Amino acid sequence: MAQPDHIVIGAGTVGVSLAYGLQKRGQSVCVVDGGASDFRAARANFGLVWVQGKGGNLPAYARWTAESAALWPRFRDALEQCSGIGLDYQKPGGLVFSLSEQALIDRRAVLEEIGGGALPEGVEMLDRDALQARLPDAPLGPEVAGASYGASDGHVNPLKLLAALQQGFLELGGEILWDWPVQTLRTTDDGYELTGPDGETLRAPNVIVAAGLATPGIVAPLGVDLPLRPQRGQLLVTERMAPMLPMPCSGLRQTADGTVMIGTTHEDVGLDTGTTQASGTMVAERALRILPALSGARIVRQWSGLRVLSPDGGPLYTQPEAYPGLWTVSCHSGVTLAAIHAERLAEQILAGALTGDTRHFSKDRFHVPTLA
Amino acid sequence: MIFDTAIIGAGPAGMQAACDLRARELSVIVLDEQPAPGGQIWRGVERNCQPGSELAQRLGAEYRQGAGVARSFRACGADYRPLSRVWQIEETGPDATEQCWQVFVIREGQAEVVEARRVLLAIGAQERPVPFPGWTHPGVMTVGAAQIMLKSGGLLPEGPVWICGAGPLPLLYAHQLRKLGGQIAGFLDTAPRDTVRRGLPHLSGALRDWKSLAKGLAWQAGLRAAGLRRETGVRQLRAEGKDRLERIRWETPEGEKTAPAGVLLIHEGLVPSVHPTLSLQCEHTWSDAQQSLRPVLDAWGETTRRGLFVAGDAAGIDGARAALAKGTLAAVGIARSLDVLSEAKAKQARAAGDRALSKARATRPLLDTLYPAPEGKISDDVIVCRCEELTAGQIRAAAGRGSADPNRVKSETRAGMGPCQGRQCGYTVARLIAEAHDMPRAEVGFHNIRPPLKPVSVGELASLGKAKA
Amino acid sequence: MFRPLPDSSEGPTVTVFVEGQPVEAYVGETAASVLLRHLGTARTTSISESPRAPFCMMGCCFDCLAEIDGKGSTQSCLEPVRDGMTIARQMSARKVVAR
Repeated sequence: MAQPDHIVIGAGTVGVSLAYGLQKRGQSVCVVDGGASDFRAARANFGLVWVQGKGGNLPAYARWTAESAALWPRFRDALEQCSGIGLDYQKPGGLVFSLSEQALIDRRAVLEEIGGGALPEGVEMLDRDALQARLPDAPLGPEVAGASYGASDGHVNPLKLLAALQQGFLELGGEILWDWPVQTLRTTDDGYELTGPDGETLRAPNVIVAAGLATPGIVAPLGVDLPLRPQRGQLLVTERMAPMLPMPCSGLRQTADGTVMIGTTHEDVGLDTGTTQASGTMVAERALRILPALSGARIVRQWSGLRVLSPDGGPLYTQPEAYPGLWTVSCHSGVTLAAIHAERLAEQILAGALTGDTRHFSKDRFHVPTLA
Repeated sequence: MIFDTAIIGAGPAGMQAACDLRARELSVIVLDEQPAPGGQIWRGVERNCQPGSELAQRLGAEYRQGAGVARSFRACGADYRPLSRVWQIEETGPDATEQCWQVFVIREGQAEVVEARRVLLAIGAQERPVPFPGWTHPGVMTVGAAQIMLKSGGLLPEGPVWICGAGPLPLLYAHQLRKLGGQIAGFLDTAPRDTVRRGLPHLSGALRDWKSLAKGLAWQAGLRAAGLRRETGVRQLRAEGKDRLERIRWETPEGEKTAPAGVLLIHEGLVPSVHPTLSLQCEHTWSDAQQSLRPVLDAWGETTRRGLFVAGDAAGIDGARAALAKGTLAAVGIARSLDVLSEAKAKQARAAGDRALSKARATRPLLDTLYPAPEGKISDDVIVCRCEELTAGQIRAAAGRGSADPNRVKSETRAGMGPCQGRQCGYTVARLIAEAHDMPRAEVGFHNIRPPLKPVSVGELASLGKAKA
Repeated sequence: MFRPLPDSSEGPTVTVFVEGQPVEAYVGETAASVLLRHLGTARTTSISESPRAPFCMMGCCFDCLAEIDGKGSTQSCLEPVRDGMTIARQMSARKVVAR
């Protein structure tokens, strides 16, 4: 194989979004993927393309998210055409429920703070009656006081997104090496060299590490210290049902297939992807407080995934000063940001530097001492 | 209370283990999906073995033997909970002073938690799903399903009834049906025609259990004497009809044939029930002889997870007599692990159990060779995943466009994501992946199995929180 | 598709309601068995709406999902008949929410 311009480590949603974006810009890209037992957040995702409420502590993240959501429809069109795979993407707006009058007031306050004193554009507060009117097939539980509605929110089938990104990237001439877990990453005279299984090596002038929770371990030997931690989320999904939820909600969404996804927990349990009855019961109880009629729906699967979190929850994009051409890209919201990763971030990586809002996403914001 | 052992399944292995553990004065709870003891092999045995029952006579001596085991089981003092569906099994956290398992159960619409120091899975087997065109049509069902109709409701199939497949069960069922006055239009034998020659090397071993061999030959002779239409070397079976089965079509080396059909009963052997052990991430091994997975067990029936045991056909297909022996062995292993049986006594008990098991398994290598899992090409238009209605062509396409990881194919196609959790499609999907990547079937593995093992409703799951509060 | 043995009809029976019609059922048989005898199917699928009937009768194929005593998506092969039981086919995707 001829030496590619870029190697991307990780064929998950984040890695392949970038690979797809770079390949589209005329670069030659090779993606290497890990083993079957890797954590694979991309296969555990809830499927929201979500804007409202994000970036309270990091305004650049709010803008970056909103821009990506705005790019999504065009990104979808191009990706579906290129891959031949439908994404089930819809942008009907999204809801965050409040289970008491006080919670509704608090919710408004949080959103107004993000909006700089007023509700952000496209966001409105719905009282119980207005909310029920938007969900005619889903009688609300007695505690539901209302919800915030964000017009920019939407949802997608995250598994189809991943498959389409991989297929689209391949259609554009990219290459994916499956089952190629990276053993070592080292510098060479003109770039980087990766060692994979059986001592096989790959070289390229540019390397993007988008390996989720495995990212810190890959760059640590170079003295690059990344502050990422896992957080477990457990989800339930029901059998297919007739349409009842016309728009995604935080913690509750009906997919195009008719299944209802119910989420999710936030657990600090390290690298444990197990599921527990206790968490299943907790999310089921919450879902029933919102929609009691879900009581009879059969759960067909419970699973968990590990979120890839930085200390402030925002994205972490870094090109260490001592290693030009070496990037690490990790974030918790790989689905929402897929569009902007394939466009703006791919452009900036090609240009060799982060510009604009993305400058706020470097690891320097955490003041972690590095050897680099 | 915390039981010494929770046994899941009240078939031969589960009943035997319950009796043996109770004989050692251990507390035992038995959870079973069925309304009465017996498992599938001895299903309805209490109901059917009333004095003077003709059905019991026709079902045979091995079936009637179950009545005695069920009687001992009823009397053994185990807490027996029929109609209980286990949906999840968890081990308590590492900070617990003593190992304990939690078994989550739905019983009469109520969610419950059962706690036990050891768990024995005696959950038997299912019939191997082998997709063919039209196998989802009403009118097509498994031989085992028809036999369950017979044992639990005294029901015989009618309409032109065809039996298609291979193995001891179709022969036994055809034999039973004939004795009970049922009509069979024909028996389509899918075993390869050279199967007897291939079986010869295993014949001398099987002769250790010549009684079983003689019985099998007698069934065949009886069917021949009755003038039953029998076709051999059958391939490319198709079930056709609008909205339901109307006719079948098949090929033999002599050509294609067709016939009207009202009921088509199929059977291609059994595979162990491995969903619970897969979901608990026990190690499994691939059996080439039986073309199926089974949990890795030590000499005492313990899985690679301490405190979790497996007995009966769930540990490998060996039949009811072997299941009794495996139940005894697992009970010895559990008693040993709970320190109520000394190492020396345990080894002594094990030696006796091992001998019984070895004899009960004598015909197995021969049967595995006579009735291999079918390997015919599955055409692209055949539905493989019955729940999600996915065809072999769709799965082949997904298998070919990426890694050989069954979880990738599951996530891209939804095969195995329906309510049956891949019990019907899992092996076929893995076979199609192996085919696409030209790799041995043993290396493909199986997709991840997630709870719930049986669908539980949102309300049932939530109710466990209220119970605790 | 199935008929009772002569001596089954002498055994104990209960009355169940199959889509509203009272029907005699043999003690020991399951709701799936009653569906097979009287309607020949248990449901239509939620995707292509094609008819399905009980296939394995032992709880592992989920093609016998039906509405038993008003509860949808119930594995009817795991439900022994009870006097007064209501049994109905499940057509297409379930509607969990009553309008």
